[in-house]
Amino acid sequence: MPTQVAFFVEVLAGGLLAGVMYALVALGFVLIYKASGVFNFAQGSMVFFAALTFVSLTERGWNFWLALAVTLVVMVVLGVVIERTVLRPLVNQPQITLFMATIGLTFVLEGLSQLIWGSQPHGLELGIADVPIDWLSQKLNINISQFDIFAAFVAGALVAVLAVFFQKTRIGRALRAVADDHQAALAVGIPLQHIWAIVWAVAGFVALVAGLMWGVRNGVQYALTFTALKALPVLLIGGFESIPGAIIGGLIIGATEKLAEVYVGPMFGGGIESWFAYVVALLFLLVRPEGLYGEKHIDRV
Amino acid sequence: MRRSTIAAAALALAAATGTAVAQNEQFIPANGYWVGPYAPGGSGFFGGIIDYFQLLNERDGGINGVKLTWEKCETEYRNDRGVECYERSKKKGPTGATVIHPLSTGITYSLIDKATADHIPIISMGYGRADAADGRVFPYVFPLVTTYWSQADAMIKFIGQREGGMDKLKGKKIVLIYHDSAYGKEPHAVLEKLASQLGYQLTMIAVPHPGNEQQSQWLQVRQIRPDWVILWGWGVMNPTAIKAAAKIGFPRNKMVGVWWSGAEEDVIPAGSAAKGYISSGFNLPGTNFPVMQEILKYVYKKGKGEMDDKSRIGSIYHTRGVVAGIITAEAIRIAQTHFNKKGKPITGEEMRWGIENLNIDDKRLKELGAVGLMPTLRVSCMDHEGSGLVKFQEWDGAKWKPITDWIAADKKLIRPMMEASAAQYAKEKGITPRDCSREK
Repeated sequence: MPTQVAFFVEVLAGGLLAGVMYALVALGFVLIYKASGVFNFAQGSMVFFAALTFVSLTERGWNFWLALAVTLVVMVVLGVVIERTVLRPLVNQPQITLFMATIGLTFVLEGLSQLIWGSQPHGLELGIADVPIDWLSQKLNINISQFDIFAAFVAGALVAVLAVFFQKTRIGRALRAVADDHQAALAVGIPLQHIWAIVWAVAGFVALVAGLMWGVRNGVQYALTFTALKALPVLLIGGFESIPGAIIGGLIIGATEKLAEVYVGPMFGGGIESWFAYVVALLFLLVRPEGLYGEKHIDRV
Repeated sequence: MRRSTIAAAALALAAATGTAVAQNEQFIPANGYWVGPYAPGGSGFFGGIIDYFQLLNERDGGINGVKLTWEKCETEYRNDRGVECYERSKKKGPTGATVIHPLSTGITYSLIDKATADHIPIISMGYGRADAADGRVFPYVFPLVTTYWSQADAMIKFIGQREGGMDKLKGKKIVLIYHDSAYGKEPHAVLEKLASQLGYQLTMIAVPHPGNEQQSQWLQVRQIRPDWVILWGWGVMNPTAIKAAAKIGFPRNKMVGVWWSGAEEDVIPAGSAAKGYISSGFNLPGTNFPVMQEILKYVYKKGKGEMDDKSRIGSIYHTRGVVAGIITAEAIRIAQTHFNKKGKPITGEEMRWGIENLNIDDKRLKELGAVGLMPTLRVSCMDHEGSGLVKFQEWDGAKWKPITDWIAADKKLIRPMMEASAAQYAKEKGITPRDCSREK
């Protein structure tokens, strides 16, 4: 393959795989927004809390699977506690109030994580090295990380699990009913508070998966909270209520920001990818304000 | 009636005793950061300073009988919080704040005018404005030990050594991966000037804050195929860069990091990918130095140490704090002698004199138990840097291993650049530079 073409393919593939990592974080936002209409600003902090809890347990000699199971339980309990102590008292309050509550929750979680586990960064390895696949490097001169491929499989599996959960289980159907119409769901006897607790617990599980993937890439440290910033343009493009939208949005953002940084960035002195993602998202907003897969709300006047 | 009289007398006595104790103390604010993304640096550095002050208090009863006191204020590495902490702490203690260690280039910039007006010296050890080394223009700012500019020069010298001579750099490709901020742009001028002199090809690639995603930058590195990469990072940017280098197969022993990319906290999160990675530094890690042994004996054995995680004692940030503690205490000591204030606290103005007349030579380093922990230091009115020496170390997967002796920056190259920049600053601010020949 000619060098320039190979390089383009490498940038594009790398961008798409980076987008999968963004989508992993975006999924947590989507779940909560879909079920409760709350934009959970604290999702990045949940990613940090989950990864830090897991790595702190393993560093204390806990078995990998035991640490994973305990962290999952911790995240589920956290989700339930958040629903009981923060969201339930705020039922029927304006959306902005709930949003502000999640901002407060962000700082509480960040402080709590560091209070319990300290502020030191930790290394995390899941047994799959973040190095290029030899075969691709040698045959096609394209470097694609085997960990990125693994992360893509994990994201795919996660979406499949969530799809089965939403489509095939009783709780999933109840979640969809709540997402469609809170009042109607209540009227047919679906316990709204329980559903919210479940969805926050599921978001906690998604945060754990995202935390592990990002933790391998950057180390487990406070900066994991910044991953939320990467998810925002993904949500703007994919829509706040769509799981496939989060994946597609992630792929679009990942690919465009990497191509822009490599091919356009040098004209502007580099370092454009962080804001370029938002430029792309804003352009999408102008054309489709609800995002690619978001629901179009038409209010009767 | 009697009871209230006794109570009043007791209160008066307590107040009088309190005043007497306060008069015999030297207050040094610990305005740092213990939470947030940069907490590992802040907690380690201020842990080191406080441990050294605690050592002096426990072992020697302070400095000539003057106990060192401090108060922590959380800046969160934010400029506004840094200024707030400064304002809160500047009038504390019997003589106000003795000296400020902002541990942030941004906060240093925010405090230069205020601290100069308040006559409180700033020690920006290894960060802040490089041109503040010209003490004629910046009487209250001390970018001690080694500035960014000296470091950039020493890095190229190190690369030259590795290549077999400075003449071998001609035609080599060097990439600078830098944090896209004022801090990250500090070495640009020096590296560009050296590139024109030595003939290497320099490419500078920015990484936007916080630097937790660097794939596109490292794909550009892969395309350029450089001989060396200089990493000028901070926080999460460092392990991400090291991992990204591994991802494109770039050898880690051809990566040289700035000292804010050269702590344990920068390599441990990168795991096995960091093995062989090189960084510069002006202090070495370890607990074998006599001063570190004294800290363990007099401070930690008594349960008065600052570091909760004992494995961090002797880490790069911790020993850097100890070096800052040594420099601060030595300046207080010589200022006490010069101003005939042994047993009394000194003022910020007197502290400024103390720092400006520091001379920590090999003999003094030995007395302090700090030989090898830091380079020698001689400060003057003209030279607020005082050293310009840099050492290089390699991460072996578990610890930092020194791989060079102290490498001196080329003052003939750096000094005129500093003076030109300082003169420009003086012109913009309407400052008349001091005449150093009149300083005593």
